[in-house]
Amino acid sequence: MSWECVIGLEVHVQLRTKTKLFCGCRTTFGASPNSQTCPVCAGHPGVLPVLNRGAVDLALRAGLALDCSMASVTKFDRKNYFYADLPKGYQISQFDLPINGPGHLDIVTESGPRRIGITRAHLEEDAGKLIHADASGVSHVDLNRAGTPLLEIVSDPDLRQPEEAFAYLKTLKQVLQYLDVSDCNMEEGSLRCDANVSVRPMGQEALGTKTEIKNLNSFKNVQKALEYERARQIEALESGGTIRQETRLWDDAASRTRVMRVKEGADDYRYFPEPDVPPLTIASERIERLRADLPELPVQVRARLARDYSLGEYEVEVLADSRALVTFYESVVSHGGSPKEAINWVLNDVRRLLNEGDGRLEELKLSSESLAGLLKLVASDRVSTQAARKAFEQMASSGRSAEEVVQELGLEQISDRGALSDQVAAVVAAQAKIVEQYRGGKVKALDALMGMVMRETRGKANPQLVRELLVEQLGEPG
Amino acid sequence: MSPSTPSALDLATSVRSGERTAIDIVEESLAAIEALNPKLRAFLKVDGNGARQRAEELDAARQAGETLGPLAGVPIALKDNLCTRGLETTCGSRILEGYRPPYDATVVERLRGAGAVIVGKTNLDEFAMGSSTENSAFGPTSNPWDASRVPGGSSGGSAAAVAAGLVPVALGSDTGGSIRQPASLCGVVGLKPSYGRISRFGLVAFGSSLDQIGPLTSTVAEAAALFSVLAGPDPRDGTCDERPAPDSLAALEKRDVSRLRIGVPRAAFGAGVEASVTAACRASLDALSARGARLIDLDLDWSDLAIPTYYLVATSEASSNLARYDGVRYGSRAAGHEDLIGMITASRGAGFGPEVKRRILLGTYALSAGYYDAYYRKATQARALMGRQFAAAFEQVDVIATPTSPTPAFPIGEKSEDPLQMYLCDVFSVPANLVGLPGLSVPCGASADGLPIGLQLMARRFDETTLLQAGACLEDARPEPLGLPPIHRLAKGGAR
Repeated sequence: MSWECVIGLEVHVQLRTKTKLFCGCRTTFGASPNSQTCPVCAGHPGVLPVLNRGAVDLALRAGLALDCSMASVTKFDRKNYFYADLPKGYQISQFDLPINGPGHLDIVTESGPRRIGITRAHLEEDAGKLIHADASGVSHVDLNRAGTPLLEIVSDPDLRQPEEAFAYLKTLKQVLQYLDVSDCNMEEGSLRCDANVSVRPMGQEALGTKTEIKNLNSFKNVQKALEYERARQIEALESGGTIRQETRLWDDAASRTRVMRVKEGADDYRYFPEPDVPPLTIASERIERLRADLPELPVQVRARLARDYSLGEYEVEVLADSRALVTFYESVVSHGGSPKEAINWVLNDVRRLLNEGDGRLEELKLSSESLAGLLKLVASDRVSTQAARKAFEQMASSGRSAEEVVQELGLEQISDRGALSDQVAAVVAAQAKIVEQYRGGKVKALDALMGMVMRETRGKANPQLVRELLVEQLGEPG
Repeated sequence: MSPSTPSALDLATSVRSGERTAIDIVEESLAAIEALNPKLRAFLKVDGNGARQRAEELDAARQAGETLGPLAGVPIALKDNLCTRGLETTCGSRILEGYRPPYDATVVERLRGAGAVIVGKTNLDEFAMGSSTENSAFGPTSNPWDASRVPGGSSGGSAAAVAAGLVPVALGSDTGGSIRQPASLCGVVGLKPSYGRISRFGLVAFGSSLDQIGPLTSTVAEAAALFSVLAGPDPRDGTCDERPAPDSLAALEKRDVSRLRIGVPRAAFGAGVEASVTAACRASLDALSARGARLIDLDLDWSDLAIPTYYLVATSEASSNLARYDGVRYGSRAAGHEDLIGMITASRGAGFGPEVKRRILLGTYALSAGYYDAYYRKATQARALMGRQFAAAFEQVDVIATPTSPTPAFPIGEKSEDPLQMYLCDVFSVPANLVGLPGLSVPCGASADGLPIGLQLMARRFDETTLLQAGACLEDARPEPLGLPPIHRLAKGGAR
């Protein structure tokens, strides 16, 4: 029998607000435990939540980009459960009137473009974090993350292949980064993904029993876990077994999923309207203002890169993966770098720097303007490509301009015809034997002579010019 | 005003003018507390040092030529569910024993800003759940008019403290009558403002869509003065209304009993109300009528809806509001439990009293999957229906009058084993909370045993001014003040 896999994804992204969803605490990642807390997010008696309007705007912005239907009235609800990282004993979330209703996301898969439905994208607050650190068996609670604004984006069960799930996540991340609503950093937890997966015989309408997979810490692992789970479910069904509705954890080391807990009926979170946060009316003017403010989305940027800079398909794909890199590239070009040269430097050298560092362009000491300066030095023959690579490293580590670095390291190449002519003449005069070989037809001897001139000039001579002068002075071989 | 207790307004005037010092007034209050509190148990915590320090600061500020606020030097007691920075706030519960809030409630800041001096925290039913103050984990409070009787609840400590003259004014909170009912049973004035009038920031939540903070005082004028200090928008409470506080005290001067249209729901003066209560309330309405007010009979009858609706909404919200008391971050934690849920369960099992547990269970049940539609959603619909009924009534009348409580103060222990009987005490007071209306209880007479009886007035939402004016008209019209509560006469002699 052939099987069809049905996948739905729940993605939580942390919205890029300065402060939390219901209080004024900062949301900076990596601060010392409980340093970004107040009575409100620590759930003290008597405190009240006050909605962060900036988070609402970011949520609407994402909803607009995902073509979601917008509620004119939205409200918050309490999701009740006990856990040590949940200070109030409930999470403020949205139940029946989410801020963003149905929408969709277009993705490109190996078998062509597909439109994936978005069920909803709602606002909620994050919980804190438990740290089970020391050997004493004591657990610690860090509430820095408690109350951080999240957008939970729920897809329809439209994905059919694990690689489609990968493409969906990659596209979604790109859209959200372009919107600047989230930095979508999985390692810092600002993007998290849970997957629901089931299988059914090809052609069957009814969905099979699904399992939920958690602990997915990279897009690749989402794909791997789904592949594993698909195989596991098919195997179980084909050998006459059944699928239990359960939550499973991805075990990266063992490359498999494991049962975390079995769901006996639906969880009862006793949702009810949050009485402390009044329902929110969203004026159509607000939505129109946000719509007018929407930045270019990845599809639009890709088209423009191909059109305006004559970039190839591969170059566009790699560059457009990061909105920040596109901005950097365009800035290099606007500062006078040639589009063709700039793309090579950006895709190879700049990306290498990013991979070596923490991946953030803003952390680089190299500015787009100074890279453009370097490219101009190369274009005007003042610096060789090889010397430019040396200069680049120095610029990247010191943050100084191309001009300064080239001066300091003496990387400027000698393109002075008169001066080089004398050097060439001197070598020709001193190496009668090699000259003889060359004239005798051994073309390769020219390389030896070139090497000598380069050595004499400590590599600074313009090699193009040296070759030209040698040929000029030696005459045609043979 | 009871003759033994100078009005808070007179006290403030005398401090502002330099006729009296704040420290002198505060010492008097502290002395009265020391003399009477052992018998009354109105206060859970007295902050003598803090109060003296604050009073001295005020006196120094006056010496330095600063203008003091409208409540300068007025000693005030706070119900112990209002957060006070660094000062233990227990909500009358073991689970919060020793808890010192890291912040002040908005009302606490506003009182301080107005020059009031906080002398201590008063007893209450645990987490404000009750109508008698018997549900306090730290023991019941006595009614100053008869120490064997309850002061009402849940703001029983605040009502008793004002009635006994320990402080001229106090704050309480009212979720279903918890200011008005004890005010009625103790013979003082109690105001529950409109929902959204006074910031709830720092009020430990019971039923978030019902809770309001309000004053307990001897006179309507004092209630108006406190209301103006406390009301107004607060960026820390998203449910707090934007409109600024009115000057209700000045508006009292403009009261005109002849323009007052008082709605009288027939059902509120019928079965289930003690004869002495009906008689006293009727008499005061007749007195108002004699002075020119128009009494208009209303068919408004909420007796079948109000109690079930209230106990569904309040308990549902409470079940969620009280989830934070898990022993993880503050408050008491049960020892000897290895796993998290075991620890939480044991901490809550030991920390909460029976009435709180009962309400958490009721609310949890009402919100459960499969019951939500039958209970919580129905209650929400009933609430909306009551809102429409009141809106229709207020097209014909300015205020609606009912007894505050069906009975005067009852003996300690009489109803504590019968929660349903206790819940029925709230029949007249819960509608104002469900609909968000302001409600005021004003003493209007006494039973044959000399127990105080209060008349409740309700007005349109955010029309506290009319409500307070009507209350002042009642004070003008009522036969005679109640005089001193017996406990005061007895203990005062002994203390001197």
